Amino acid sequence: MEDMKSVVREYVVREYVEDDSEITYDTPLISGGIVDSFSMVSLKRFLENKYKISIPDDKATPEAFDSVNKICTLVEEFTK
Amino acid sequence: MSNIISYDERIKNFDWSIAEKELDYQPGNVINIGWYCSDRICKLGKADKPALIWEGSAGQEKRYTYNELRLTSNAVGQFLRDLGIQPEDRVCLFMDKIPELYIGFLGVLKTGAIVQPLFSAFGDESLIVRLDNAQTTAIITQRKHAPKVRKILDKMPYIKHIIIVDADPAKPLGEREVAFDMDNAPKPENFEIHPTLAESPSVLHYTSGTTGQPKGVKHVHYSLISQYLTSKWVLDLQDDDIYWCTADPGWVTGTSYGIIGAFSNGVTQCVLDAGFSADNWYRFIEKHKISMWYSAPTAIRSLMKAGDEVIKKYDLSSLRHLASVGEPLNSEAVIWSEKVFGKAFLDTYWQTETGSIMITNFPGMKIKPGSMGKPFPGITATVIDADTYEPFNSPGKVGLIALKPGWPSMMRTYWRNEETYKKKFRNGWYLPGDRSSIDSEGYFWFVGRDDDVINTGGHLVSPFEVESALLEHPAVAESAVVAKPDFVNMEVVKAFVTLKPGFVASKDLDLEIMNFVRKKLSPLAMPQEIEFIDTLPKTRSGKIMRRILHAKEWGEEIGDTSTLEND
Repeated sequence: MEDMKSVVREYVVREYVEDDSEITYDTPLISGGIVDSFSMVSLKRFLENKYKISIPDDKATPEAFDSVNKICTLVEEFTK
Repeated sequence: MSNIISYDERIKNFDWSIAEKELDYQPGNVINIGWYCSDRICKLGKADKPALIWEGSAGQEKRYTYNELRLTSNAVGQFLRDLGIQPEDRVCLFMDKIPELYIGFLGVLKTGAIVQPLFSAFGDESLIVRLDNAQTTAIITQRKHAPKVRKILDKMPYIKHIIIVDADPAKPLGEREVAFDMDNAPKPENFEIHPTLAESPSVLHYTSGTTGQPKGVKHVHYSLISQYLTSKWVLDLQDDDIYWCTADPGWVTGTSYGIIGAFSNGVTQCVLDAGFSADNWYRFIEKHKISMWYSAPTAIRSLMKAGDEVIKKYDLSSLRHLASVGEPLNSEAVIWSEKVFGKAFLDTYWQTETGSIMITNFPGMKIKPGSMGKPFPGITATVIDADTYEPFNSPGKVGLIALKPGWPSMMRTYWRNEETYKKKFRNGWYLPGDRSSIDSEGYFWFVGRDDDVINTGGHLVSPFEVESALLEHPAVAESAVVAKPDFVNMEVVKAFVTLKPGFVASKDLDLEIMNFVRKKLSPLAMPQEIEFIDTLPKTRSGKIMRRILHAKEWGEEIGDTSTLEND
């Protein structure tokens, strides 16, 4: 899980953060305006490619994608 | 009682002078939107009334009364003037929905300069084509967006100042950068507002077409007349309303109705600068007792998707009037809103070029779910034949929406692109580029765009721009971009791509290309789906036939393929 958190966090910082803002595992990504609803599609695609899973659209909600911790919990559901 | 009282009565003997009189404006007088939205409201005795209540994503809050709006916009104006900003210089606002964006807008206008709002999620390519076209003198931005500006600064010698509103005092500023702390800046009690006249340019909004670069839509200070009255009669803004316009002022709704309409009517408006979540939106309405809510079909459908249970957690009884803009509001959404909020969202139709609402459903009018409603008083709207440009004589026929030019907020031109501007007119009509029909009772029914422009979440995306960005990716040989149906956003961007020799289609390449476009243009323009194909359908002369790809996505008849290559 820690590895996954680190990978997801690194991806989020690389792809969606323009400045030197600190992103923790609990930083609100969607409600905090760091990742918008359109960009969520590319984040979902990244998770699916990386972890070879398929996340149904009804599970890919703004709430489920709102932090690195929440994302990893969601991904774990599909990797078990 | 609604402000419009009776639509049928209002359309009789309507004259825009109704708004002029209410605003104490006489033709030939000075008219400055910045003054009308702040100083005038104070003169009306509302100096201590809350003008702007802002909430950030972490729950932080800022409040400004109308007097603070006046003084703080004076501060912005003074700062810009001290920097040497001249009337009609273009000053770009490149910020999230923070107070500096709303108040900065008024401050720029007070100096006589032209405001150029740009969506803060724009990537560097989107930014540079718009700044280049406008030959922008200054950009007001935030620390978090400054890196995008710095990246392209060498290509923009015309930019003299980059004003950072939240600069970190511990870090040195970059080239051409200057810090401006709006809340703590000196606030002149008497700022000499530039004496702009009706036709003085005010706002430059950018919009996308099927071909060519984005177009700068030039508006003038006289647009206030339309924006004030449509806010009053359609949004029904009343003195005790708490108003929430969810649109971003990077786009026209966010300025015409998120700034000008709201403040010129002297209402209290709330702004939520946070990403979408149903819980957070309902909480916001409950907390601030929002009474008038102007939103977009995409947001409404996202709320529908979140379900009805979440609504029960909140007291939304403050809601009095709801309206929607951006793309056609489907009848299901209208019916749903009536069921869960006890009020229907009323659809409003207009676009960047029109500057204000053109065709709409009015308070008190019989609502036909799914209909665009009827023309605003003073607006002559019809549907014309696409071949003859003559209005249809009988109801039900689908044609081009046509508007008789002459209302106050009509665009005055496309910036440095008069030729394209002229092409928007046919046979004395302005053509917004949409198709509809009119029923026997005079209600308009939206059918679709008349071009290939993609309307995603209420924002227009040019297929040409996306195709051009795709071609800059090293793996892409050819590309064609079309709209794909989507429940929430109505349409999303889909790209068909052929690869250069040596590249193989894969999921990783798909993601890489998506992100490439997102960073270059914007998240809106990022293809939500990429289909790798061997060849694109083309005419014998080599022109890509987007029409065929579009029809495939929408399950429509492909139509005439006689000009198709290899057919």
